[in-house]
Amino acid sequence: MNAVEWIRFIVGSILLVIGMVILFTEVFGVFHFKYVLNRMHAAAMGDTLGIGSCLIGLMIFSGLNFTTLKMFFVIVFLWFASPVSSHVLSRLEAATNEELNTQCEIYKDVKILERELAAKREEENSREKEDRLS
Amino acid sequence: MRHEKERDAILDKVYDSQRNVEMKIFRKLYHVTSIVFCLFLIALLLVTISWLPASGTVERPVNNEVSSRYIEKGLEETGAINIVAGMILDYRAFDTLGESHVLFVATITVLVLLRLNKTEKHEVEINDRQFEPKNDTILQFVATFLVPIIIIFGIYIILNGHLGPGGGFSGGAVIGAGLVLYLNAFGFAKTERFFTEKTYKGVCFFSLSFYCLAKSYSFYTGANHLHSVIPKGTPGAILSSGLILPLNIAVGLVVACTIYAFYAMFRKGGF
Repeated sequence: MNAVEWIRFIVGSILLVIGMVILFTEVFGVFHFKYVLNRMHAAAMGDTLGIGSCLIGLMIFSGLNFTTLKMFFVIVFLWFASPVSSHVLSRLEAATNEELNTQCEIYKDVKILERELAAKREEENSREKEDRLS
Repeated sequence: MRHEKERDAILDKVYDSQRNVEMKIFRKLYHVTSIVFCLFLIALLLVTISWLPASGTVERPVNNEVSSRYIEKGLEETGAINIVAGMILDYRAFDTLGESHVLFVATITVLVLLRLNKTEKHEVEINDRQFEPKNDTILQFVATFLVPIIIIFGIYIILNGHLGPGGGFSGGAVIGAGLVLYLNAFGFAKTERFFTEKTYKGVCFFSLSFYCLAKSYSFYTGANHLHSVIPKGTPGAILSSGLILPLNIAVGLVVACTIYAFYAMFRKGGF
């Protein structure tokens, strides 16, 4: 094997190993967490980054041909489909779970959250100013 | 009033499962019969297995001339490059016809089980998506460009069935998934513009009857050693391999409609 093939082999294997590690993390997270939304977070990570890096590794292995193009389209499809499906599933969970506030903080409107965050920031700013003045 | 009371009394007596003697006897009999039947079936199957030829021997029915005939003469006789398509839609087309009818019968069975009367149907239609997120912007945006791609890919799989991997069943499933995605994103109001119960009935009826008629013709000509008017075409072209392409399209339409119909029925008990 010449140098280019060695580089291709090494880069492809590194990407495959990264993908495998991420997929393992996904499986671990899905079985480790207890609540649906946490599990969804773990599962969505593996479906995008894990499969994505695995497929990019395989693309580097296969070189420039039609199979590579197909794998690229598979990545594009997965990166559109998987986050949207997990978004819809979590929205369904948020809409149907009546005791959602026992699991996480709820804001009925995003504006309330923004207002709270702005108030917090102002408080910190004023405290900093006081510190500087004193 | 008296009439209703009598009726209620009779109903109570019939449905009183604790004290109804006939029900008790029936239930015991049912259990005993089912156990006996299962044991009989198991024994019958085990005896049948013991009569089968041992695996790996030359005399097995698998080691006959059929498979070599498919491989050697498949391209010449069916005109399909994909031997599997030639097998399932030409040599064994009768079997595939049965499979398509199984899908249709399954839809009808689910329709019978989930049938609702008019008031219930109205309630279900109001209840539909009561708890679900409505008009999700992200989903709608993604669906606008993913649905056409998915459906075109399904059509490609169906039309490519006799040239490479693919065929009516897999392509139909892809198209059905695209339709379900469209329904999820935009709701029944949009899909009912082009897909209602009438469409389902029409598409399924015409596909299945076309399949029946086309295959009957080719069976008739084949059995009577007549010359079939359907051209084989040059192998490799899209319009080749005789009846396989139209049959693939018919099967694909049935499968796509069935998947969509299942989803619609389980969601609100009808179209």
